[in-house]
Amino acid sequence: MSTTGARVLLHTLLLGAAVLTLFPLLWMLSVSFMAGGEASAFPPPLLPGHGTLANYRQLFAQQNIGRYLTNSLWLAALTTLLSLLFNSLAGYAFAKLRFRGREPILKVLLAALVIPSQVAMLPLFLMMKWLGLVNTYAAVVVPAMAGIFGVFLVRQYALTIPDELLEAARIDGAGEMRIFVSIMLPALRPILVTLGVFTFLGSWNDFMWPLIVLTDQDLYTLPIALAQLSREHVPDNELMMAGAVLTVLPVLVLFLSLQRYYIRGILMGSVKG
Amino acid sequence: MRVGHAAWAFATPALLVIGVFFFVPVLAALIVSLTDFDLYALADIRNLRFVGLDNYRHLLHTPDFWRAVANTGYFVAVGVPLSLAASLASALLVNSRLAYFTAFFRTVFFAPVVTTLVAVAVVWRYLLHTRYGLLNYALAHIGIHPIDWLGDPHWALPAIILFAVWKNFGYNMVIFLAALQSIPADLYEAARLDGAGLWQEFRRITLPMLRPTLLLVSILTVAGYFQLFAEPYVMTQGGPLQSTVSVLYFMYEEGFKWWNLGSASAVAFLLFLMILAVTALQLRLARDAEAS
Repeated sequence: MSTTGARVLLHTLLLGAAVLTLFPLLWMLSVSFMAGGEASAFPPPLLPGHGTLANYRQLFAQQNIGRYLTNSLWLAALTTLLSLLFNSLAGYAFAKLRFRGREPILKVLLAALVIPSQVAMLPLFLMMKWLGLVNTYAAVVVPAMAGIFGVFLVRQYALTIPDELLEAARIDGAGEMRIFVSIMLPALRPILVTLGVFTFLGSWNDFMWPLIVLTDQDLYTLPIALAQLSREHVPDNELMMAGAVLTVLPVLVLFLSLQRYYIRGILMGSVKG
Repeated sequence: MRVGHAAWAFATPALLVIGVFFFVPVLAALIVSLTDFDLYALADIRNLRFVGLDNYRHLLHTPDFWRAVANTGYFVAVGVPLSLAASLASALLVNSRLAYFTAFFRTVFFAPVVTTLVAVAVVWRYLLHTRYGLLNYALAHIGIHPIDWLGDPHWALPAIILFAVWKNFGYNMVIFLAALQSIPADLYEAARLDGAGLWQEFRRITLPMLRPTLLLVSILTVAGYFQLFAEPYVMTQGGPLQSTVSVLYFMYEEGFKWWNLGSASAVAFLLFLMILAVTALQLRLARDAEAS
């Protein structure tokens, strides 16, 4: 086969796969602008006859979606901030500071990575119940404030930062906290962005745990609200698609703008984790 | 000494969170799984009794549990190879020397990974709709009669697998891409000088060089696919006829619908054991393949 022939074939395949991959997302967007009932027709329409924002309006006016959007946003932001703080402190300590018990603790943490988080879920629920935290955001945020993956991600990156930098500061008489804030944090910036994107997306998309501990409707996150809505409004396809767009769009935009960092996290997590 | 104190001060907050909200619950789950923790115990802890391995014994005699295990096994056994094949195929295409716009294609293939599962599951439920869904409409063009994807016990799980492959293949594609790019180019050049075709290049160079990555990726993907939950929760609610009840879905209902927390904890541990067993099997197979 000639190079040109191969190139045409290759791009046909790539384009075909790209269309198949994007199609559900584009169709979701298109249907979200259709009038009520328009999408329940055969053959299924690809584009809205007259584009309308009625579904979005109804979601905000009658389904309280603004509230769920705010809930999701602020939960994800708070979780991200706190977990950045906790994980970076610990990741730095495990990489750069010598202390008794460091190696055994690392080994235990690494081994525990194989335990699926759902194993902890039922007792965690009981714990939250006894602490009186069921139906509060604390039940979602607090267990997510630090994680083994996050600690290791920061540690792997911190290992690559030269010791001389820290020694020099120590000789100058800088305290440990000072060294962390003014030397380590700037040096860790790229990996903190990676971890931040990971945590934000993870928190935004999380389903099972919030579903379990948040039963008060006013506290719902977007995915929970959407799942609930879809159980009640099965035939309202246009409305559901608008809800899906509102849920997916923020994370897609975040991913597109910080893609490089996100992909690095996957590679570090899979190669070294 | 000063550094030691600081180190502990830095590490303690995270270790406390991980210890209290992960290690303690995992150990507690083991203990709870040996008790008859239920609604009565939830109301008054004095109703709690230690029952040894009864929960496990009882589960192994529950047909619905075996049904969930079989469904999950099916999902893993079919879904993981399909998923990996799609990931590898797309990585090979994107990695080709002849490809243009590779960054664009990589981003497109990866996009479903970051989308919210619940939201795209809702979209797919609609795509799979028997009467108005586009999938059946497309299939009608090649003469296939409408399939009741999510309403037919034979088709519901395959439909969920299709959805899962679409949602996940981009993740492993990124890992494969990185591995492909680390294969030295002169290996391919040497093969080309020997007159090897594309298929031979793939068999003799690409596949052997990807072996460690393949093992790692398949272990991670198997563990992930065993944790099937949100897809059936949103798309089928476990139905029709229990055909999409996964082990985690079973655990969720046992724990948070019927409040049999003892039995649900036993389910969680059995799931963990299944994942460990399959991982061990994969490592074993990989070692045997290496040796031969």
